[in-house]
Amino acid sequence: MTQTKSTPGGRGTLYKGREGMWSWVGHRITGVGIFFFLLVHVLDTSLVRVSPEAYNAVIGAYKHPIMILGEIGLVGAIVFHAFNGLRIILVDFWKQGTRYHRQMLWAVLTLWLVTMVAFSVRHLMIFFEGWEGF
Amino acid sequence: MTATNSEATLPSQGTEAPRSGRVDPKYLRSNPSKGAFEMWAWLFMRVSGAALVILIFVHLWTNLMVGDGIYQIDFAFVAGKWANPVWQFWDLTMLWLAMLHGANGMRTIINDYAEKDSTRLALKSILYLASTVIIILGTLVIFTFEPCLVDEAGNLLEYAPSFCETAVN
Ligand code: HEM
Repeated sequence: MTQTKSTPGGRGTLYKGREGMWSWVGHRITGVGIFFFLLVHVLDTSLVRVSPEAYNAVIGAYKHPIMILGEIGLVGAIVFHAFNGLRIILVDFWKQGTRYHRQMLWAVLTLWLVTMVAFSVRHLMIFFEGWEGF
Repeated sequence: MTATNSEATLPSQGTEAPRSGRVDPKYLRSNPSKGAFEMWAWLFMRVSGAALVILIFVHLWTNLMVGDGIYQIDFAFVAGKWANPVWQFWDLTMLWLAMLHGANGMRTIINDYAEKDSTRLALKSILYLASTVIIILGTLVIFTFEPCLVDEAGNLLEYAPSFCETAVN
């Protein structure tokens, strides 16, 4: 986009600092985070080929309370990237996409919140039911 | 364009739309012959992304939301899943699509931020090497996995999933 100074409407620049930019920043950061997690996740899963003991020991770390919070953060990143990714696809392929991109971003954030409340409640309930202390 | 909007005649800061032909040269990366590849890569990001929503959401649902959730995940759980070819195929597809999608996204980001040719080459070499190793490793693990491990005397190891008892004895 060409840079524009503030117009009487007070819009400022068309892209920089507005929803479009922040959703892009969020999409990029979550994409990188998920990628690095995936590298680690394939490595830890590969331990099933080393021995059952090795796999169970390392996967046990995912059951630690700090990791439980980490999992909620990770799923939060994935769910945002997934829903916002679908929004990008709609902006690109759907005729009305560019027209409703901002409304769709609000839909993404709403769906993200609903999904994350449900996921967090369930994940934490399971965690507390089975927790045997440190 | 600029004639009608004098506000828009700021010197090039690399912020113009690509087709304006006024992109700051420091952001120009590849020669035009790469255009077809970039178009397929762009399409792949969208097709793989749509598929990954289903692959990953079902993966999270079966592993974390049902049964004992996070506590059920151990050797026997993985063995139980991969005894079913549907889950082998599921995980294999998810591995390949997520790695290719993620690696291609990382390639875009490297192209965006690494301005020196040598830096880009170095970072992309590491990226491609790491991605290849992870894809091959993950594929081998899915297909060479042995759920019903036995000790030297031929007895099932205690970690083996319950279905091994009928399979071995
Ligand atoms: C859950 C389903 C997913 C959907 C719907 C999705 C969708 C997308 C879309 C549409 C793009 C934009 C591509 C472009 O601008 O040309 C993208 C970029 C990206 N994705 Fe995904 N993706 C998903 C999962 C993943 C996963 C699992 C990873 C990591 C392994 C990942 C990593 C990335 C990265 C690193 C980028 C580049 C971001 C950028 O250029 O700013 N994505 N994704």
